[in-house]
Order: sequence, then structure tokens, then C-alpha cells
Amino acid sequence: MRSCRDITALVSKGLDKKLSLRERLAIRWHFIICSGCRNFQVQSRFIRKTAHRYTDQLQNRYSKKP
Amino acid sequence: MLLSDGTKALYQLTEAMLAEHRLVLFRYALLQLKDNELAEDAVQETLLAAWQSSSEFQGKAGIRTWLIGILKHKIADSWRRLAREVITSDFDQIDNDDGEAIEDELFMSNGHWNNGPNTWNDPEASFNQMEFWAIYETCQNNLPPKMAKVFMLRELVGLEAGEVCLETGLSDANYWVTMHRARLRLRECLEIHWFNVPKTKKEKRHA
Repeated sequence: MRSCRDITALVSKGLDKKLSLRERLAIRWHFIICSGCRNFQVQSRFIRKTAHRYTDQLQNRYSKKP
Repeated sequence: MLLSDGTKALYQLTEAMLAEHRLVLFRYALLQLKDNELAEDAVQETLLAAWQSSSEFQGKAGIRTWLIGILKHKIADSWRRLAREVITSDFDQIDNDDGEAIEDELFMSNGHWNNGPNTWNDPEASFNQMEFWAIYETCQNNLPPKMAKVFMLRELVGLEAGEVCLETGLSDANYWVTMHRARLRLRECLEIHWFNVPKTKKEKRHA
């Protein structure tokens, strides 16, 4: 069985490219027994969303003050 | 217009093809120049220069890489004008990465979680709280510089994984490792400094 370290690496990779069927199945089986890795996936997606919002905020912050 | 009908280039660039990349270029410039107007100027100059030298462009696939190459020169020009060269080191410094250290703390020697991620309750509610953004920013800034650069090029600027590798000189394999570590670190940092902080305490800080 793959470790949480390996599974989170796959989950992270899956955010940037399509995983193979075998990889996706490994993640799904692992998720059945591991809430930590499930949380990692949800939270990694949340972090991506946060980064996008943060970028939008930068635009406001870096506009010239009157 | 630049090319007469008889001498059509193999890959003819249109304004629309260039404009498609405007947002990515703008974010790239903004992260480095930290000023909306300067970033906008640099992007304008880049698109104009690209348009004027479109005959030099070799292939459709690498259009963004080519544009970023031009943009870097425009950003450098901007710094020279402002005599703020110091900032370059901010984004381009090389670090001796201690990325391994956090993984050793997060996982036991058999590769399973030491203390696995907790469930976060309604995380998006945090978007409305100013203090959350300060903590996010601190967590992001605390990544080792090279890791931060890779993460920012991917998630803030919006480059594709392959483009980030070209930009940073990372191999494919190192890119995946770096992003994995960056996400582990950010997650851990947000959990410790925000999501695990008792709610009453957070509210008090806001009162």
C-alpha cells in the first residue's frame, strides 16, 4: 500500500495534470481509510482558490495612492 | 498589415493571439513591479514590441514563453528607470532549500502522517476576514525563496507546469516535488496559525 507521503504527492500532481487511471484508483482506495489525505486534497484546492483571490487583491493594493 | 499578402509568415500573429496572454503577463509584471500602472505599462510595451517583431516569432506553441521573454526586458527597463534594481534579487535569488525538513516532521518514517490534516470548518468564510489574508501572505512569504517562486508562477501568475519549468530551470520531477512541498507547507502553516486557532480567540482579535 502507498504511504500518505506518496498519496499526497499524487494528489498534488493531480492538481496540475491528469493522472493515470492507476494513480487515480490508488488515491480513491486510500481515501476510504485516510481522512488526513482526504483533507489534504480539499485543502490544496482551497489553497489554490485562496492564491487566486490573493492575486486579485494585489491589484488593489498596488494601485497608486492618490 | 505588417506583412503583405504575398509574404505571409508561417505563424501569423494576430492581436487577439497576443491579447489572450495579457492577464498572465500582467500578473507576472505585478508580482515583480508591485505597482499596477508600471505593470500595465510593461505589458503594453511588451505587446507592442511583440506585434512589431512578430516576424521573429518562430512557433505558435511557445507564444507565452516568447512574450514573457520580452516582458522580462521591459520589467528590467522599468527597474532601471526607477533605479530599484534591488528588487530583482527578491524574485530571483537561489536558496539552499531545506524543503526536506518539513516533510520529515509531517510524516513518520513509514510515510504515514505524524498528525494528519484536520478538517477545516467552512474555510471560505475566512475570505471575508482581513487577518486571514495577512496570515496567508506570511505563510506564502515563509516558503523558501525558490519554492515560493515556483508556487507563485503556477498559482498566482497562472503559468502551466511546463512553463514554470522553463522559467525556473527545474526538471519535471523537481517541479512536482517542489509543488508538493509548497502545498504541504502552506497547508500546515494555515492550519497552525488560522484554522486551529479557537474561534473565540479569532473573534476577539477582530473585536
